[in-house]
Amino acid sequence: MRTIIFILRKEFLQILRNKAMIPIIIFLPLVQLLILAHAVTYEIKNINFAVIDLDKTKYSRELISKFSQNKYFTLKDNFDNVELAFDGFKKNEFKLIINIPNNFEKDYLISGKTKLQLLINAEDMSAAGIIYNYTSNIIQQFNGEILIENPKISDFTQEPIIEVTFSNWFNPELNYKTYMVPGILVILVSLIGIFLTSMNITREKELGTIEQINVTPIKKYQFIFGKLFPFWIIGIVELAFGMTAGIIIFNIPLLGNPLLIFLIAAIYLVVVLSIGLFISTITHTQQQAMFIAWFFMMLFVLLGGVFTPVEYMPQWAKVIAFFNPIAHFTRVIRMIMLKGSGFEDVAQTIYILIIYGVVTSTLSVWLYRKRG
Amino acid sequence: MNNIIEVENLTKKFGKFTAVDSISFEVKEGEIFGFIGANGAGKTTAIKMLCGLLTPTSGKATVASYNVYNQSEKIKKNIGYMSQKFSLYEDLTVKENISFYAGIYGLSFSEIKNKTRHLISLLGIENEKNKLLKSLPLGWKQKLAFLISIIHTPKIVFLDEPTGGVDPITRRQFWDLIYNAANNGITIFVTTHYMDEAEYCNRVSILANGKISALDKPEELKKKYKCSNMYEVFVKLYQDRNL
Amino acid sequence: MKRFLGFVKKEFYHIFRDYRTLLILFGMPVVQILVFGFAITTEIKDANIAFLDLSKDNVTEEISNKIISSGYFILQQNLESVEQIEKEFKKGTIKEVIIFEPEFARKLEKEHKANIQIIADASDPNLANMLINYTTSIIKNYQKEFKKYSDDLPFIESEVKMIYNPELKSVFMFVPGLMAVILLLISALMTSVSITREKEFGTMEVLLVSPLNPFQIIIGKVIPYILIAFIDAGIILYLARFVFEMPFEGSLILLILQCVLYVITALSLGIFISSLTNNQQIAMMLSLAALMLPTVLLSGYIFPVENMPLLLQLLSNFIPARWFIIIVKSIMLKNSDFSYIWEETLILLGMCAVFILVSVKRFKIRLE
Repeated sequence: MRTIIFILRKEFLQILRNKAMIPIIIFLPLVQLLILAHAVTYEIKNINFAVIDLDKTKYSRELISKFSQNKYFTLKDNFDNVELAFDGFKKNEFKLIINIPNNFEKDYLISGKTKLQLLINAEDMSAAGIIYNYTSNIIQQFNGEILIENPKISDFTQEPIIEVTFSNWFNPELNYKTYMVPGILVILVSLIGIFLTSMNITREKELGTIEQINVTPIKKYQFIFGKLFPFWIIGIVELAFGMTAGIIIFNIPLLGNPLLIFLIAAIYLVVVLSIGLFISTITHTQQQAMFIAWFFMMLFVLLGGVFTPVEYMPQWAKVIAFFNPIAHFTRVIRMIMLKGSGFEDVAQTIYILIIYGVVTSTLSVWLYRKRG
Repeated sequence: MNNIIEVENLTKKFGKFTAVDSISFEVKEGEIFGFIGANGAGKTTAIKMLCGLLTPTSGKATVASYNVYNQSEKIKKNIGYMSQKFSLYEDLTVKENISFYAGIYGLSFSEIKNKTRHLISLLGIENEKNKLLKSLPLGWKQKLAFLISIIHTPKIVFLDEPTGGVDPITRRQFWDLIYNAANNGITIFVTTHYMDEAEYCNRVSILANGKISALDKPEELKKKYKCSNMYEVFVKLYQDRNL
Repeated sequence: MKRFLGFVKKEFYHIFRDYRTLLILFGMPVVQILVFGFAITTEIKDANIAFLDLSKDNVTEEISNKIISSGYFILQQNLESVEQIEKEFKKGTIKEVIIFEPEFARKLEKEHKANIQIIADASDPNLANMLINYTTSIIKNYQKEFKKYSDDLPFIESEVKMIYNPELKSVFMFVPGLMAVILLLISALMTSVSITREKEFGTMEVLLVSPLNPFQIIIGKVIPYILIAFIDAGIILYLARFVFEMPFEGSLILLILQCVLYVITALSLGIFISSLTNNQQIAMMLSLAALMLPTVLLSGYIFPVENMPLLLQLLSNFIPARWFIIIVKSIMLKNSDFSYIWEETLILLGMCAVFILVSVKRFKIRLE
């Protein structure tokens, strides 16, 4: 046991003296939070659009003005035909073309049915979906308004209508940052566990100091514990720091018990630290370690529901997500912070993480060899 | 005198390449035993097998009466080691390096204090004891590394090319430290490619292409091959090899 | 010239013998594309929902069936009371609850109006929004079928065409960004680390003392990475084209030229960073923090720039990848010829020139 104390002392001294470490520990969370939280948003603030009005009637003009008066839409240009309008697409001047054909109003008044065409620049397919939503909502509204004006149609007020109301719980303003920040915290903690650990151990390999350790009677577990424990502490500190910053800067709610989050984080860190250790057993240089760590992180984050919900993934990807520790931690940290979930609600995840922790740490310790 | 190291047909292959080819020898307790040879002759591989850093492919070896195959952890308690890279921590101070390794080898806090004081005065680096290791000149780092490698008074200390890259005076001082340790009963196993250092050993074995081509006291080797120094012995053996 | 080629050969050996890194360098883009392409879609599948049917009549049953059979949702449970909702949300078992008010069918028949309330778990606001939209449109569709009158309700039909990406595949958006990121990773990050490593090990001094001049050394170091970068770009484009059917409308030559421009810009950035330090770790950190991170976040790779706050949009303008991505999208998706992308190209050229000048100057100083 004394041995572990000596190892820990050396590790802490080295980490604190490492000039690169201090900026990482302080700036990384801030940068991540500030930039990521603001950059990552799928909300659309403004939709630039163009119009082709071949009808030029009261209805077509009213419809167009309904758009241009809407705070989300900005009318950029008017065209006489589609080819000319397309040029604007190529130049990225607008994302939507509303193409109102001849006889738009006439058809409606006579047959009760009319058409128009929406051309949406779908380079960014999620934006395209949202643009379509906003646009069709406005068209629906317009539809409702002219319906009322039209005397023939008053008969249709007898038509049964299913009124659909909705309510958003836990995040009524649909604030995207509320969703993102807990995910960013998970990424932060994972970065420390995977990157810093693997690079630290590989660095000793590169320098050769690890050989000197291997030739002493130090036991494997003592060395490994000495290497991982400081980063475990740093991970917890970062989480606390990041969470506080997130709550202060972004007003993220914290409905649940923060201690529960830290309990889970403590277990989660063991998992990611073991992964970092594992990476160090399969690499010889820091550069390799960095790449493999990057690769793992990227896979875990993309498939972990951090930026895009798991519901958007096919079944096989959902299965993979089950084995992804980042997916689990992200899910429960959101549950606890945003919904106030309690221990029973997350118990199953805790057990899963414990199993992962035991498996990954045993595996990595077993793989680590003092002897070649 | 007892044999503290016994090696029989020890071999190490890396794939098709045989680094150490069935070598056999003994090292007596308390002697200064040298392994000399050109780079790539297999010295470092041999030493690593004896230290428990590499698993041999075949053959037998015992160090301090422990088997290198399955008792390597017991061996490590009884040996010291200093590699070509010195392997002290550049970002720790002199004192911190000393207390770290001393602590790892199980010395008590008071023993550590005493040893630290002793080492620092021995090397005359009182003013540098709290400086980071990277600020020390190479020679001092080497000597410090050696003293740290025997801080737990092991039975044997393995030195792998310990004097690379320093001036002759520092090398001489280094060997004074080695003699000192040998006088205190520590067996010294040293590899080197400096032929003059071969003269400092009690017995010397010459390694070439993974095989031992000669093993005896330096004076005997010089007599046998009718040379006036070890360098000539080495060259002669090497030339004979190639014929 | 012979010396130079010998040097280049050595560099190739270094790199191509490092199997692990090579595996990552070539495997990473493949995996990323496959992941983006197959796993990340824009359609929701199998979202967990629950019904709270306070009416339990044939109409509510029909509507419920219609919702479930859409394929977007999976019915997890049927709740009995409103109090259960919060508990289930907290457990995370369901994302949406659909509540039918009591006497639904009767109200619809007699009073011509009945209410369905959708409660969404908006801890994921994007998902909640989409779920509500999907559910609402299914209900509205049902309403259309439930008509009393033989005539249809008048309505405006919108025909929608998604231009440049008719099936809304996510790959179309990610591929240009992926190219930008991978090219940057190889040309800037790896180069800076490779040069710094040589300095750290002391072998750089040996090279400088040799008959090779500093420019030859740098170029020699950098050539293998250029090759790898282009192979990677090729792999990405190949997969995008043949596995995901991404169109390639525009000129391949123009694209290649733009890639060359971008790669040179990235290289000069990498060289610049390597001139700032002798320590590999620091070079890596700098490259990651100052190049990779901003590129991944702010260049429009994953998150569209126009949705970001003004300050970040401004920052984004200084990132070469931002312009490169616009150029690649224009060429690949929109069949734009040079006249449409000359502005972006000019900006990229400008950046390239500036970075080359700066790094050359710095490198000269460092050597003296």
